[in-house]
Amino acid sequence: MAMVSLTINGKKITVPDDLTILEAANRHGIAIPNLCKHPQLTPFGGCRLCVVEIKGVPRPVASCTTPVNEGMEITTVTEQLEQHRKFVLELILSDHPNDCMTCESTGSCQLQELAYTYGVKGQEYAGERRTYAKKDGNPFIERDLEKCILCGRCVKVCQEIQGVEAIDFGYRGFKSKITTAYEDDLNCEFCGQCVHVCPTGALTGKLWKRKGRYEGVKETDTVCPYCGTGCNITVHSKNNEIIRITSRPWTWNEGFLCVKGRFGYPFVSSPDRLTKPLIKRKSGEFEETTWTAALEYTASWFRKIREEHGPDALGGLSSARCTNEENYLFQKFMRAGIGTNNVDHCARL
Amino acid sequence: MASETLIRVCMGPAGIAAGGKQVIEAFHAALVDAGVSAQVRERCSSHQVGCMGLCARDVLVEVHQGDVKTVYQYIKPDMVQRIVDEHLVAGKPITEWLVDEVYASFYRKQIKVVLADCGRIDPEDIDAYEAVKGYEAARECLTNRRPEEVIEEVKMSGLRGRGGAGFPTGLKWELGRKSRGDDKYIICNADEGDPGAFMDRAVIEGSPHAVIEGMIIGAFSMGARNGYVYIRAEYPLAVERLKKALDQARTRGYLGKGIFGSAFDFDIKIKLGAGAFVCGEETALIASIEGMRGMPRPKPPFPVNRGLWQKPTVINNVETFANIPAIIRNGCGWYAGFGTDKSKGTKVFALTGKIKNPGLIEVPMGITLREIIEEIGGGIESGRPFKAVQTGGPSGGCIPASMLDIAVDYESLAKVGSIVGSGGMIVLDADDCMVNVAKYFVQFTQSESCGKCVPCRVGTKRVLETLERITTGKGKEDDIERLEKLAGGIKAMSLCGLGQTAPNPVLSTLKYFRDEYEAHIRDKKCPAKVCKGLLTYSIDEATCKACGACLRACPSGAVSGEKKKPHRIDAAKCVRCGACFEVCKFGSVNRE
Amino acid sequence: MTNSIADIEGMEVIFIIGSNTKETHPVIANRMIKAYRKGAKIIVADPRAVPMVKFSELYLPMRPGTDIALLNGMGQVIVQEGLQNDEFIRDKTEGFDAWKDSVRDFTPERVSKLTGVPKDDIIRAARLYGGSRKAGIFYTMGITQHTCGTDNVKAIANLATLTGNIGRPHTGVNPLRGQNNVQGASDMACAPNVYPGYQRVDLPEVQQKFEQAWGKKLSPKPGLTTTEMIHAAHDKRLKGLYIMGENPVLTDPNQHHTIEALKNLEFLVVQDIFLTETAKLAQVVLPAACSYEKEGTYTNTERRVQRVRRAVNAPGEAWDDLSIIIALSRHLGYPMEYRSPELVFNEFAGLWPALGGMTYDRLKGRGLAWPCPTPEHHGTEYLYKDGFPKGKVPFVQIAFKEPAEVTSDDYPFILTTGRNLYQYHSGSMSRRVPPIEKHAGRAYVEMNRSDAERLSVADGDRVIVSSRRGEVTIAVRVTNQVSAGTLFIPMHYAEAAANVLTNDALDPTVKIPEFKVCAVQVTSAPKAASLATGG
Repeated sequence: MAMVSLTINGKKITVPDDLTILEAANRHGIAIPNLCKHPQLTPFGGCRLCVVEIKGVPRPVASCTTPVNEGMEITTVTEQLEQHRKFVLELILSDHPNDCMTCESTGSCQLQELAYTYGVKGQEYAGERRTYAKKDGNPFIERDLEKCILCGRCVKVCQEIQGVEAIDFGYRGFKSKITTAYEDDLNCEFCGQCVHVCPTGALTGKLWKRKGRYEGVKETDTVCPYCGTGCNITVHSKNNEIIRITSRPWTWNEGFLCVKGRFGYPFVSSPDRLTKPLIKRKSGEFEETTWTAALEYTASWFRKIREEHGPDALGGLSSARCTNEENYLFQKFMRAGIGTNNVDHCARL
Repeated sequence: MASETLIRVCMGPAGIAAGGKQVIEAFHAALVDAGVSAQVRERCSSHQVGCMGLCARDVLVEVHQGDVKTVYQYIKPDMVQRIVDEHLVAGKPITEWLVDEVYASFYRKQIKVVLADCGRIDPEDIDAYEAVKGYEAARECLTNRRPEEVIEEVKMSGLRGRGGAGFPTGLKWELGRKSRGDDKYIICNADEGDPGAFMDRAVIEGSPHAVIEGMIIGAFSMGARNGYVYIRAEYPLAVERLKKALDQARTRGYLGKGIFGSAFDFDIKIKLGAGAFVCGEETALIASIEGMRGMPRPKPPFPVNRGLWQKPTVINNVETFANIPAIIRNGCGWYAGFGTDKSKGTKVFALTGKIKNPGLIEVPMGITLREIIEEIGGGIESGRPFKAVQTGGPSGGCIPASMLDIAVDYESLAKVGSIVGSGGMIVLDADDCMVNVAKYFVQFTQSESCGKCVPCRVGTKRVLETLERITTGKGKEDDIERLEKLAGGIKAMSLCGLGQTAPNPVLSTLKYFRDEYEAHIRDKKCPAKVCKGLLTYSIDEATCKACGACLRACPSGAVSGEKKKPHRIDAAKCVRCGACFEVCKFGSVNRE
Repeated sequence: MTNSIADIEGMEVIFIIGSNTKETHPVIANRMIKAYRKGAKIIVADPRAVPMVKFSELYLPMRPGTDIALLNGMGQVIVQEGLQNDEFIRDKTEGFDAWKDSVRDFTPERVSKLTGVPKDDIIRAARLYGGSRKAGIFYTMGITQHTCGTDNVKAIANLATLTGNIGRPHTGVNPLRGQNNVQGASDMACAPNVYPGYQRVDLPEVQQKFEQAWGKKLSPKPGLTTTEMIHAAHDKRLKGLYIMGENPVLTDPNQHHTIEALKNLEFLVVQDIFLTETAKLAQVVLPAACSYEKEGTYTNTERRVQRVRRAVNAPGEAWDDLSIIIALSRHLGYPMEYRSPELVFNEFAGLWPALGGMTYDRLKGRGLAWPCPTPEHHGTEYLYKDGFPKGKVPFVQIAFKEPAEVTSDDYPFILTTGRNLYQYHSGSMSRRVPPIEKHAGRAYVEMNRSDAERLSVADGDRVIVSSRRGEVTIAVRVTNQVSAGTLFIPMHYAEAAANVLTNDALDPTVKIPEFKVCAVQVTSAPKAASLATGG
C-alpha cells in the first residue's frame, strides 16, 4: 500500500493512501466532530459536521468522505469551520424534541455532547418539528423517530453488517424519515445493531425504559452467555438489577451483538428462578430446605451408591454453559472426589 | 419536372396538445380525397416532426414545394381542407393563415445545431436521420479515428457540459478514458427536472438518433461498452421515440457488437426515473440506476473514477451528446466559431413566463439577454414593464431589468449570481412578486431535497418558513438577516449541487429586489399585489353600483350591504381570497 | 476453529456446510457479510435454504445426511481439474494417492444423484473452493449430529488438506461451537476419556500426573458419555447422576427414553437456575447463579479464553456452581478449598501447557486464544502455523453411508432439527425473556409449499408429526426454506419437543446422536377451534 504525506493543523503525518482525511486525523489523535460516521460503516457524508479546510480548495469539504492526497494541507479548526458546525447543530436541534430530561440516551448521546460542547440550544432557527403519532409495536426496539437526525447509520449497519435491509430512507425533503417497508412495525432480526450505532435517543431498547441511565449505574464487562461466539458485552446494572446490555465498539466483536445477546437478559430476574435448595418428599412434592441439609443429603446418597455399587454407578453431567473453573472442578469432583470417569457434558447436543 | 411537396406537421407535445395528430390525419384524408397525389405524382407526403420551437403558435404546418417553404400557424384540422384546396391544388397560399413577422424575428437570431433536425425530420425514422448525414460522424470516428483524436476534437471545440455546471466535455471524456477499469459506463442524463425546462425532452422527441450517435462517439472515446439513458418516466413520448430509435440503431448494427464493422461493442439501456428531481444530480442518478434510493454521494471520488457499480463512468446531458455529431461532422473550428472566448457554441433555452413567444430557442453563447427577450421572445406579453428573468431553474437566480445587456454565457451569468444551468429562462414582469418567486423555488428544492444532509433538509425548510412568514405579513425585522445567514450556511455546507445552489433564488432576489422584501416585512405590503395575505380589499362607495355580486361571491360573509346602497367589506372577516375583486364589473373593489 | 473470527474478513471463499450461521452464530455471520462486501464468494451447502443463502454465490440444496458424498465429490473434481495444492500435499500430508483412488467413483454425476445437488453446481463449488488459497470451511451440528458425524468432519478435513487451506490466515477448518463455553467444557475435560487439556485417562504417565496434582488415586478406565449414561441409567447400571446446568430431557434424542432412564435412577441431583424439565425428576435441586452473577472464564469457539465478571448478585440463596461443588466436596469428604475462581484457573493452567501462559491479569481486555504456553506468548489466532502436531496430516478415506433411519412408506418425511435465531437450546433462558416469547414463542414445523398443498394444510394449521419414537402436535409454517420431503422443527419448545421424535442412534466414535435425520409422518391434528364450533 502506498503512503502519502500531508499536514493536518500544521502537523506533518504519513498515512496509507486509502484513508479518508477523518481516518488519518483520528489515527494521529486529531479529533474532528461528526455524527453520521461510524468506524465500522462506509461513510455517509450527511451530517456535514466533519468539514475541514484544504488549502487550495474553495469550499469546506467533508473529511469523512474525502480521501487523503499527497501534500494536502488541512485545517480542522478555524473560526469559519466552527461557525459552520454550530450552524448545522442549530439546524439539527431546531428539529429535535430537546427532551433530554427524560430521554433514555441522556449521557450517552453524541448529539447532546456536541450541543454541549458548542453551546448550541437549537433556538436560533426554531421552526416546525417533525411529529409522529404512530409508535412501532415491535417488542424489542423503541423507535422514536422525532429524535432521529437521519444520519443513516442504522440503515447502513442493517445493510452492510447485518445484511437485513429492514429500514431505509423514505419520503423527501423535511418529511424524510427512516422507515420500514409500508411503514409496518419493525420485523427483522432485532439484533439491535441499529440501536448500538444510533448517536441519539431515536433507537433504544424497549426493555431499558425508565430503568436507569448513568446515576448509580454499574457497568460490568463480561461475556455473553448464549452461543459459542463469545461476544464481549457490558452489563449495565442498578440496584442489583440488569437494566441494559451493550457492547463496546472496541471489543473484538466490534460492538455487534444478536437479539439474544442484547435483549435476552430478563430471564435473570424471572420469578421462576430457584432461590432455595429443594428436596423431593415422598409425596413427590419439592420442599425448600437449607443448604446444609441438601448437601448432606446429596453426599450421603453418593456415598451410599458408591459403597453399594462402586464409583462407576455414579455419573456427572456438566454444562457447556458453566465456566471453565466450574467445569474443571466438576470433573475433578467426579474423578477425584467420587472416583469415576463417568463425566460428560452436552458438547454433542 | 414536378417539384416535390412535403408537409411537415409539428408533433412535439405542444403540437400534439394543439391537435397535431388530427391535423396530420386531416391531411392524409384530404390529400387522398383531392387526388393531389396524381397532381404531384405521388410525391406529396405528410410528415410528423418534433418540436419546431415556437410552441405558442401550434399547430405549425410547413409546406415545402421545391425550395419554397410556407409556414402556417394555429392550424386546426378543419382548416386543412382549405390548405389542400387552395395551396396544394390551386397553388395559392392562404395569406391570412401564414406566420407573421413574429415568426421571422423568433428565428432571426437563432443558430440551430442541437435543434437543427428537430422539426425537420421524422424522429421515428432512422432513414430520415441518415438522410441528413446522421451516423456519419460515428462511422467516421469508429472506422477512421483513434479515441484520443476524437477527444482532442471535442476538447478543441470548447464544448462544455450543457446540464448546468459547464464542465469541459472533452476533458471529462479524457478523464474517463484514463481512469482504469475493465468495465466503464457512459450515461446520458435525461432526468430533466427544472420547472419550465423542456429542451432535453424536445431533443429526444425531435432527434433521438443524434443523442444515440453522440453517446456512441462518447463511449468509443472513453472505452465504455455499456450505456444508459436515465430518463424521466413522465416523458412517455420521448421514451417511446428513444426506444424506437434504439431498436432501429440496433437493427442497422449501429449498436451491439462490432459497430460499423469495427471491433467496438456498445449498447444502450433505458432506465426510467421515478420523478425525483435530485436524480438529475449525477451521483444520485447513479445510485438510482443501481436500484438504490436516489441520494447523492460525496465527491470525490468522482464518477469518472468510481461511478456506476464503482466503475469509471462518464455522465453527460442530452444536449451535450446531441452536439457531438455536428462537431465531428463540421469540425471543432466550426463549432468554436460560435459563442464567446470561454463559452463556445450554442445553447438551447426554454423561454417561458410573461413572454410573447414562449418556446424552445437555440442561440449562440454570448448573445445578450435583451436580444433573447426583446427580439426572439418578442417582449413582454402583457405589455407591463419587464422586471426580471430567472435563469437556471431552482439553482439559478433572478437577473433584474437593469442587467438586460449582459451576455448569456457561463461566466457572465455566474458573475451576477445566476447560472446558465440546463437552460430554463422564465421572464417576469411587474405583476410578479420577487419574494413569492423565491418562495416558489425554495418550496421546490425543499420538497425535492433527498433528506440526506442537514443544511439542505432542515436549512431550506427554515428558509421556506421564513419566506412564508414574510409573504403572509408575519415577517420580522431580522428575517432578512436570518435568510442571509441560512442561505450562506446552506450554500457552504450542503453535500450536493442541489443544496449548494438552493439559496440562489433567495440570494439573488435579496440582492436586486431587497426593497420588495422590506416592503413585505416593514410595510406589510406586496408591491406586485401577489401575496394574498398582504392585500386589503375595500369597496369604493362612490362607484359601487350595489349589484350584490361581491356579496354573493364572498365565501366568508365579509361583504355586507343592501340593495342600492354601497357595499362594505369587514376587514376582520375578510380572508383575502380576492373573489370580490374578480367579480366586480365596475372596478369598485380596491386591492392594496 | 483453527482460525479466528476476525480472520474471516480476509477470506476469498467461505464454504458453509451444515451451519445456519446467520441464526445460530449471528455475529460470526456479520463477519462473513463483511467479507462478502469485500468480494468474498460464499458457498452454502444445506438441506434448508438458510438465511446465509441470500449472500451466497452458490447454494447447494443437499439431501440431509449426504455430506460425505458432496465433500468427496468436490474433492474428486478438485483433483480432476488439478486444483489441489501439490506443494502442501507433498510436504505436509500422507496418504494422498490412496485417498485419490477412494474418491475416484464420486463423480459429479453420481454425487448429484446421491445428494440431489445439480452436477454443474458441484463442479462450480469445487472450482470455487479449490481455486482459492484463502478459503475457510465452516460447519456446526449439521455436520456432526449424524451417525457418520466423525466421518463428515474427516471428509471436511480432507478438502482443507487437499487445497492446503489450513495453517495460514484466512483459511481453516472452523467448527462453530453452539454454546458459550462448550469449548471450555471440553478443554476442562468434562468428557469421559480425558483429563483437562485432552490428556488421555488411559495413559499411565498422565494418570500419574493428575494423581499427583489432586492427591488421589484415579481410575484408568474411560467412563461413559452422556448418551451412554442415559442408556446405562435406563438399564439401571447407573444408579446416581449429578447434573449441573443441563437439561437432557429436552436436549437428548428420544425424549420418552430419556425420561424413563432418569426415573430409573436411585438418585438424581440437579443444579440449575430454573426448575427445568430435568430438575423436576430430581430428588435434590440446588439453586445456582447464572452467567451474569459469577466470576470465571469462558472459552469461545475460536479458543479465546475470556473473563466472565459478576454484574449482579444471585437471587435468594442461590450460589454460584463453584461454591456448590466446593461445599459438596466438603460434605463428601474430599475437600477442595479455593478462595476464588482465579485459584482454580491457576491450578488447571498449570496442568495444561496450552494455558500455561495465561493469568486472570493477562485475560483483561480481549482475552487470549490458546495455545498460550508462556507468559510472553500472545496467544494463537490460527492453529498449525508451524506444522501439525503429528507431523504429517493424513488423508482419510471415507465411504458414503446412508443415515441410520431412512424414509419409508409409513414415515415418508425426513425431519431435521436445529435452532432458530431468537430462542436458545432448551429455552430455559430465552423462553423466559418476554419480548422473545412474544416474537418467537410458538413451536412450528417448517414444511415446503408443495408438501403443504399435497397434504392440504395451510400456514398456521396444527398437525401431528410422529416418528417411531413419539409424536408432537405442532403448527405448520409453510416455507420454501426446506425442500420438498424435508421437515424442520426447532429444538427449543418443550410443548412440541423435537427430541420426542429424533433418533438416538449414535455415531460409533464420538457417540453423537443423529439429530439431523430421522423419518417421520405428518397427519392433521383435530382442531380445537373447530370442535368448539361443532364443526
